[in-house]
Amino acid sequence: MTRTPSERFCGHCGQDRAVGHHDRCDRAALLEPPRHCAACRRRMVVQVTPTGWTARCSRHGEVTGEPV
Amino acid sequence: MSHIIEVARQQVLEEGRGLTEEQLLEVLRLPDESLEELLALAHQVRVTWCGEEVEVEGIISLKTGGCPEDCHFCSQSGQFTSPVRSVWLNIPELVEAAKETARTGATEFCIVAAVRGPDERLMTQVRAGIKAIHAEVDINIACSLGMLTQEQVDELKGMGVHRYNHNLEAARSYFKDVVTTHSYEERWATCDMVKKSGMELCCGGLVGMGETLEQRAELAAQLAELDPHEVPLNFLNPRPGTPFGDLEVMDGRDALRTIATFRLAMPRTILRYAGGRELTLGDLGARDGLMGGINAVIVGNYLTTLGRKPEEDLDLLNELKMPVRELQKTL
Ligand code: SF4
Ligand SMILES: [Zn+2]
Ligand SMILES: [Zn+2]
Repeated sequence: MTRTPSERFCGHCGQDRAVGHHDRCDRAALLEPPRHCAACRRRMVVQVTPTGWTARCSRHGEVTGEPV
Repeated sequence: MSHIIEVARQQVLEEGRGLTEEQLLEVLRLPDESLEELLALAHQVRVTWCGEEVEVEGIISLKTGGCPEDCHFCSQSGQFTSPVRSVWLNIPELVEAAKETARTGATEFCIVAAVRGPDERLMTQVRAGIKAIHAEVDINIACSLGMLTQEQVDELKGMGVHRYNHNLEAARSYFKDVVTTHSYEERWATCDMVKKSGMELCCGGLVGMGETLEQRAELAAQLAELDPHEVPLNFLNPRPGTPFGDLEVMDGRDALRTIATFRLAMPRTILRYAGGRELTLGDLGARDGLMGGINAVIVGNYLTTLGRKPEEDLDLLNELKMPVRELQKTL
């Protein structure tokens, strides 16, 4: 998967994607919404609903998704 | 052919009497070679004593995270360094979630809050939320708001809440290893009040938390003693930052054996697949569980984690020729 420069941080563990392995994180990401902002690694406010989710960073706005 | 399976065939399938704790332990100890036969029997028991229908439910987190309790499996406890942040849903969002759920054909919509028990702020939100949902959506409302007082039980019943969820979580002998901020007895007391109120009681627990097989049998037996209308069965999904975050995901065959065991403990209950099934059992597990004692599912997402697409479960039910329970029959 190619990632844009704004996706610097892992949404699952919040660490720098360039450091360490995130394969487990990427697998976990199939079953949960991101918890950290990909641009700034802040913890996001996440609301899951029966058929979707939203994750909001106070700085970088909202990302949304559907069930897996 | 295994002795305990033959005993269960007579006692549970023919006579409708659940197995005892000792018998349940024998079932949990059955070798993998007996699994297929065991699941087939559990399915027969379910069809005989509950019928073909499957109940479909959606759940929503009204208040997420920041809970003062320390349930070691839970990412919503404020006592651990979990990445889950605290958030409240507003009423229009709650109504929208109820509509989303109703559109899947679900008859149950469960409103959940991460709290020890409801305070006035939460009760106010629940009151307003239930009123708004009743006005706009045709669906049964269930709640899961932690431990209740008798006044709160009465008030929820008065609001038209038809089912209340409060899990035992773990066997009595293992409870202190899972939760230290409240007791098993406190949980039992809320369950007891709910049952006596006439609301339907939904009460289950988690497996795969490091308990022994004896304790797994004990949990099934204690649930059978409580005799809830519905039993949601969760498989631990180890959450980062929680005390159980590093436990192994439960083996799929153990999960299926547990499903069948719970069915043989409680032939007439609604046995629901709750959290963790995607992780433990994968896509195939949905089918195996529904053919092994399960007769209810949570569709779509969970409270903080994601589930399968509702259509996938509904297509599967269709393929298995299992009708989805309709609203009028549950009222
Ligand atoms: S009471 Fe409920 S929300 Fe709070 S920590 Fe325990 S399981 Fe989680
Ligand atoms: Zn990562
Ligand atoms: Zn950000």
